[in-house]
Amino acid sequence: MTGETLVSDSSKVTDKMLPDLPPPANSTGVIGWMRANLFSNITNTIMTLLAIYILYILVVPSVNWALLTADWIGDSRDACTSGGACWVFIYNRFDQFMYGFYPEAERWRIDLTFFLLVIQVAWLVIPKLPRKGLVSAFVLFVYPIIAYYLLYGGSFGLNLVETHKWGGLSLTLILAIVGIVAALPFGVLLALGRRSEMPIVKSFCVVYIEFWRGIPLITVLFMASVMLPLFVPEEVDFDKLLRAMIGIVLFQSAYMAEVVRGGLQAIPKGQYEAAQALGLNYWKMMGLVVLPQALKMMIPGIVNTFIALFKDTSLVLIIGLFDLLAIVQAGLSDPDWLGYSVEGYAFVALMFWMFCFSMSKYSQHLEKHFHTGHGSR
Amino acid sequence: MQSDAKKSQSASTHKTRFWHDPAKRALLFQGLLILGVFSVVGLIVQNTLQNLESRGITTGFDFLSQRAGFGIVQSLVEYTESSSYGQTFLVGLMNTILVSAMGIIAATIIGFIMGVARLSNNWLISKIASAYVEIFRNIPLLLQIFFWYFAVLRGLPSPRQSFEPLDNMYLNVRGLFMPEPIYGVGFGWVVLTFMAAVAGVFVLARWSKKRQDKTGQSFPVFWTSIALVIGLPLIVYWLMGSPLTWENPELRGFNFKGGMTIIPELAALWVALSIYTAAFIAEIVRSGIEAISKGQTEAAEALGLSSTKVLRLVVIPQSVRIIIPPLTSQYLNLIKNSSLATAIGYPDLVSVFAGTTLNQTGQAIEVIFMTMLVYLTLSLLVSSFMNWFNNRMALVER
Repeated sequence: MTGETLVSDSSKVTDKMLPDLPPPANSTGVIGWMRANLFSNITNTIMTLLAIYILYILVVPSVNWALLTADWIGDSRDACTSGGACWVFIYNRFDQFMYGFYPEAERWRIDLTFFLLVIQVAWLVIPKLPRKGLVSAFVLFVYPIIAYYLLYGGSFGLNLVETHKWGGLSLTLILAIVGIVAALPFGVLLALGRRSEMPIVKSFCVVYIEFWRGIPLITVLFMASVMLPLFVPEEVDFDKLLRAMIGIVLFQSAYMAEVVRGGLQAIPKGQYEAAQALGLNYWKMMGLVVLPQALKMMIPGIVNTFIALFKDTSLVLIIGLFDLLAIVQAGLSDPDWLGYSVEGYAFVALMFWMFCFSMSKYSQHLEKHFHTGHGSR
Repeated sequence: MQSDAKKSQSASTHKTRFWHDPAKRALLFQGLLILGVFSVVGLIVQNTLQNLESRGITTGFDFLSQRAGFGIVQSLVEYTESSSYGQTFLVGLMNTILVSAMGIIAATIIGFIMGVARLSNNWLISKIASAYVEIFRNIPLLLQIFFWYFAVLRGLPSPRQSFEPLDNMYLNVRGLFMPEPIYGVGFGWVVLTFMAAVAGVFVLARWSKKRQDKTGQSFPVFWTSIALVIGLPLIVYWLMGSPLTWENPELRGFNFKGGMTIIPELAALWVALSIYTAAFIAEIVRSGIEAISKGQTEAAEALGLSSTKVLRLVVIPQSVRIIIPPLTSQYLNLIKNSSLATAIGYPDLVSVFAGTTLNQTGQAIEVIFMTMLVYLTLSLLVSSFMNWFNNRMALVER
């Protein structure tokens, strides 16, 4: 039929391609996207509507409570009049939540310590900056000494600040960072031992790793606070923070060892053999050839264990240290501020979440970046 | 590595010193390690004995038979204040196992739902699932436990103003009070029938698989099983003249008496553990399903299977193999994390035994040693069970 019309009406004959018709209006744009992703069939439509309803009853009151009808600034609970969240509680105690009972005049020392750390970590994280090896050596070996004298003081004209005054977010960060940095060398040694061909060394490392991985951190902290003083001569007096740190490092080194082992296993056998063929001995082979490659691949794993440890440091409240969660918990029992537990927990949750989420995104980014080998992704 | 070195050594003409011989050097290292470990352990033992003596702390496991003299809110075995410390150990252990088992079941269910939901075609559902994962796994578990316990459950009304979600079920600040079943004469038969039905289901599944392998005909195992497991005991129950009565909780004075109670500590711990661990399990499930190559799904679709059947018969059986090992370590984490109970006073092993009992007896070494041993044993049991399960599911390569 069409052929006939074309022949009879020569004015409609054309040698050019007709332009494509636009796709049907209901398959493009916002409507098309919604049809494909939200309302593609009956089940999907029901699920979408249900989800919207659940979101509506969850999100709207929360936003109302936390932002729209909240009180932000004031001196006491009398400022909380509008019926929503009372952030005045956080606002008033913010310094304490950050620094614990660290004397106010000395708080610049904590600021400086973390400022230095941020600069160094930024240097390591930004890909373009040079001399990463030197900076990481500085972070691992020189910086801890500086940080110790800055925070604890007692010399160089700085006042001594006892560790029972430390607290808040800064204590949480200190515990997590010390835990991970001090556990790294032990972890490397344990992982090497576990892959060693010497039977006694190997079994020692396996037993050590599996023991610490099999027990909860709480029992480790209990052990560190109750049993550690029994293990040393009576004259030696451990302070509570140091005991917790020792417990955390013993515990964490086992987890670190497994991360390192994963990295070592990812190095192809050819690398070991090539290094041996060059006549390198064991430590040179490991130190110059295998570990530098393995460490790069381990970074995402290390970041992940760091996240786990960072969350786990909140357990130190059980042995009486005032980390971020503990200090907020203590603030909640202040008779002037009773009844604001939701605000307190929301604040702590937000702090932890920001740290953990950004670190986990960074580690995912690294995983993709390092994923240069085989596989379809 | 050693044999290579030996060859090169025998090839060299001049005599090597013994520390250049890897075999002897290995012996030396291991000898030094043993020496080091033993001297450290010896030093610790010596110090400990000295310290214990000067502090007047007794040693040994005699304390286990002494009278404990403190009450415990929840116990699965019989326990009174005059029970022994050994019994507190048992009560704590049972409570740990109870909350771990409840947590593992709930976390697996929520985790699988959320993991599958993350891969949903529905944009909104998958976004909600990923928001769930990202929120709950990045907040410390202890904080979540505190939130549920102090912020949510403490906000419930007092016993006099309890919510009554169902008849004779009361929810208040003291916990959830439910009717307790009282088993009459003949209820044993119902239980027996139920067990027989479960056994029957296994036989049925075997038979139907055999028949399907032979003739290709499938049998509706799932619905028949449900009918068997639920229907048969119900019939017996009715035949025996309903040998089950309920004891309802009643308000007496300031609290409810009678019936079953879920104490708020257990509820908070259970909810927090399940939600936290489920976020990790969801990630494991998602990556396990994503790891199955697209060809499998496409082939199954080409065979005309519906999308639920594609998931149930093709994708999930394959992804289970990938999922099990990391799932095991999540289960182990959950068991270990249940020790956080001590922070809100749920009477688990750490709270009752490594807490109260340790404080009362002062025998830190024995108590911590026993506690650690329990967790090590639990870890070993769960991981060997999951290994067994994994081996059963493993691909039989031809």
